[in-house]
Amino acid sequence: MDSKRKMDSPESNVLTRSSPFPDEVLERVLGLVKSHKDRSSVSLVCKDWYNAERWSRTHVFIGNCYSVSPEIVARRFPNIRSVTLKGKPRFSDFNLVPLNWGADIHAWLVVFASKYPLLEELRLKRMTVTDESLEFLATTFTNFKALSLLSCDGFSTDGLAAIATHCKNMTELDIQENGIDDLGGGWLSCFPENFTSLEVLNFANLSSDVSFDALEKLVSRCRSLKFLKVNKNITLEQLQRLLECAPQLTELGTGSFHQELTTRQYAELESAFNNCKNLNTLSGLWEATPLYLPVLYPACTNLTFLNLSDAALQSGELAKLLAYCPNLQRLWVLDTVEDKGLEAVGSSCPLLEELRVFPADPYEQDVVHGVTEMGFVAVSYGCPRLHYVLYFCRQMTNAAVATIVKNCPDFTHFRLCVMNPGEPDYLTNEPMDEAFGAVVKNCTKLQRLAVSGLLTDLTFEYIGKYAKNLETLSVAFAGSSDWGMQCVLSGCSKLRKLEIRDCPFGNEALLSGLEKYESMRSLWMSACNVTMNACRRLAKQMPRLNVEVMKDEESDDSQADKVYVYRSVAGPRRDAPPFVLTL
Amino acid sequence: MEGGSGGGVCTSGSMSTVSKEDNLMVSTEVSSYPDEAELELGLGLSLGGGGGGGGVKPQEQGWAQYGRILTAKDFPSTVSSSSSSSSSLSRANRTTVGTKRRADSVAASNNGSQVVGWPPIRAYRMNSLANQSKSPVTEDLNSMVEKSKSTNTMVENTYNGSNNTNGYAKKKGPLNTSFFVKVNMDGIPIGRKVDLSAHSCYETLAKTLEEMFQGPTTTVNAIGSSNENYDAMTESTRPSKLLDGSSDFVLTYEDKEGDWMLVGDVPWGMFLGSARRLRIMRTSDANGLAPRIQERNGRQRSMRI
Repeated sequence: MDSKRKMDSPESNVLTRSSPFPDEVLERVLGLVKSHKDRSSVSLVCKDWYNAERWSRTHVFIGNCYSVSPEIVARRFPNIRSVTLKGKPRFSDFNLVPLNWGADIHAWLVVFASKYPLLEELRLKRMTVTDESLEFLATTFTNFKALSLLSCDGFSTDGLAAIATHCKNMTELDIQENGIDDLGGGWLSCFPENFTSLEVLNFANLSSDVSFDALEKLVSRCRSLKFLKVNKNITLEQLQRLLECAPQLTELGTGSFHQELTTRQYAELESAFNNCKNLNTLSGLWEATPLYLPVLYPACTNLTFLNLSDAALQSGELAKLLAYCPNLQRLWVLDTVEDKGLEAVGSSCPLLEELRVFPADPYEQDVVHGVTEMGFVAVSYGCPRLHYVLYFCRQMTNAAVATIVKNCPDFTHFRLCVMNPGEPDYLTNEPMDEAFGAVVKNCTKLQRLAVSGLLTDLTFEYIGKYAKNLETLSVAFAGSSDWGMQCVLSGCSKLRKLEIRDCPFGNEALLSGLEKYESMRSLWMSACNVTMNACRRLAKQMPRLNVEVMKDEESDDSQADKVYVYRSVAGPRRDAPPFVLTL
Repeated sequence: MEGGSGGGVCTSGSMSTVSKEDNLMVSTEVSSYPDEAELELGLGLSLGGGGGGGGVKPQEQGWAQYGRILTAKDFPSTVSSSSSSSSSLSRANRTTVGTKRRADSVAASNNGSQVVGWPPIRAYRMNSLANQSKSPVTEDLNSMVEKSKSTNTMVENTYNGSNNTNGYAKKKGPLNTSFFVKVNMDGIPIGRKVDLSAHSCYETLAKTLEEMFQGPTTTVNAIGSSNENYDAMTESTRPSKLLDGSSDFVLTYEDKEGDWMLVGDVPWGMFLGSARRLRIMRTSDANGLAPRIQERNGRQRSMRI
């Protein structure tokens, strides 16, 4: 490697270099820098450091797959073993981006095949991945170890079968929340009999049955298995057998937690959980009922992350369970637990840092259930370390939010979703401006904010004025005029991602951010008041930005219905489908 | 009675004004149809049914699936639209991952529950919620009750929870029904109300009633059938004994024909369909019920096809 490097970068020639460090030492030192942000900083110091950094980097994180091309990446970083790629705009998760938009991994794989033949890890989020790509991956990269697919689409279980069949050194197979075509569970049986290296297996979101026999044998022979998340079809009885094979698990996703068991089976299950003293993460628990939750109690002592978002628990059941989880740091629940359940969270989990409350019935309008501002307030009193919240509710007040951020000033991620668009403070009937004003004033470390409810430009004035560390902002059905968006663009110096839908922001707002967008990863605006002409102007004045527009069928020619703006060193996309207009 | 909800549903124009309780018929609405017992329509979900049972074909073209019994999978999200059922089916598709859609403007007819991609919940999670509501409301409760008796050492307060797979059915999920009936206990002047649809078996109902009336000694005994293992039980786990006649009280119900019957003889679903109110009766008073019940049940059983 040393000789190759000296040939490629004559600047590093010993005779002309200014630094007293031999390159090897510099590389060794910089190689210890892990965070990609730090590495970016390191690379800007001087040419030597830039080179040392690029040669020593083994993992590359690309937040927008279109911001750079695989060739450019490969040219800069010759020794990559692990790649993380994110593709589509986040609103594609909510069906705002049509199918076949792009972000296909294949072009990347082709380049990697020649430049990174020793590639070991691939983590993809919101990318399109076909079965052909998975097969290509599995057969080309002989050293391949870890595959993680989150919110991706385009593949089926056949692709997984290819991975299982060919990747002899697989340590991680993590298939989460994807638009996968589930053709059957046979893929699991494709792991060869002498295959023992698996450490992480997550197929919780696949719906077909896998062969339990194959699964049990797989789990038994993979002695290093640490994370196991099975799907809903695995019964309690089967779970018990799996736990017997793998008491060393640290992360467990159960299958269905509802089955008629005999007394003896129940006792065996209890005993199996009792042996799992290393569990720090628990999820799954579909259809959990109060009958069987108690088997978990002995395994909960060391739990730091409890994901109950698939189990519609009531407040009493949750309270009982939480009493056994004193060390909980992260909790995800459904709003079936109601405020009473959240009160229990406040009283049982003093170390809680993250809370996510998902709605069980998001489209139900008439229901007066779920959680309210009271539950959130209760948690804030009991959990002063809370810094990450995602909260879906139907009513909120300015006063409640003010109380919450007074109790928990360390918020880094505050994502509040009042589900009815444009919902005011239900007690005073005023806009929720003061609520988010309180958030940005009190929470100086705030990095991510999602706003909702009835909001005027005042909210955005507050954000622009106070949210100096804000990096990601999500806005929907809010604001009064262009001024709001302008405040954000001019005030939030660290802003990287701005996503807006259904707001009265128009051309003036869009164009006020001309210089800003190059320092951001991306801007998304849909169903706002932006015209094609303004987008063209933006594209013309900022050549290093890609300005893409998608039009709705019914809209007139001048409206730019969906606008996606992002910086790129790779130029305009060459794989854009016809409905994506690159300006 | 039969005209109540059924009549309202027959005109698609008035669909939007029909509440969800009427749309999503569960077994609780079976009592609306006096012919139910003969027709034995089964207890899936159906769209209102119309007067007199499910055989009526709709006149309006919007109700294409009117004639068949719909199940929960047809309603992955609540249908509160004023549009016809064909669009309600496309609503059903909204939870399909990758369905191509354009951003719609906020629907004027309601509070925006039809806005595309709002609330911002990932398609995966929507599918997961939809799948949770797919489970049938009624199950083969006899076998379930049998088996749950053998696990009675673990039976705790199940007032809020229920053993049915719609863990939150009472929380107005897509099934969106509650079925409160009055409960009176002999000797206690003030009656209570219990939501029958929050339970899926007699076991949990009986436990709930126990808790409710908190009779310290009389009602609180181990419940069970003959295959109970009493030795295995500790006091704190005593299941209710209201159902097997071995306590001083029995649980009875008044059916839709006005007769008082012993609770527990018929399948749960049938009970749900016919019970109008409950009474925790002194056993001594209930003696007269027994022969009539058997005769009754015999009749009922023969009516079940």
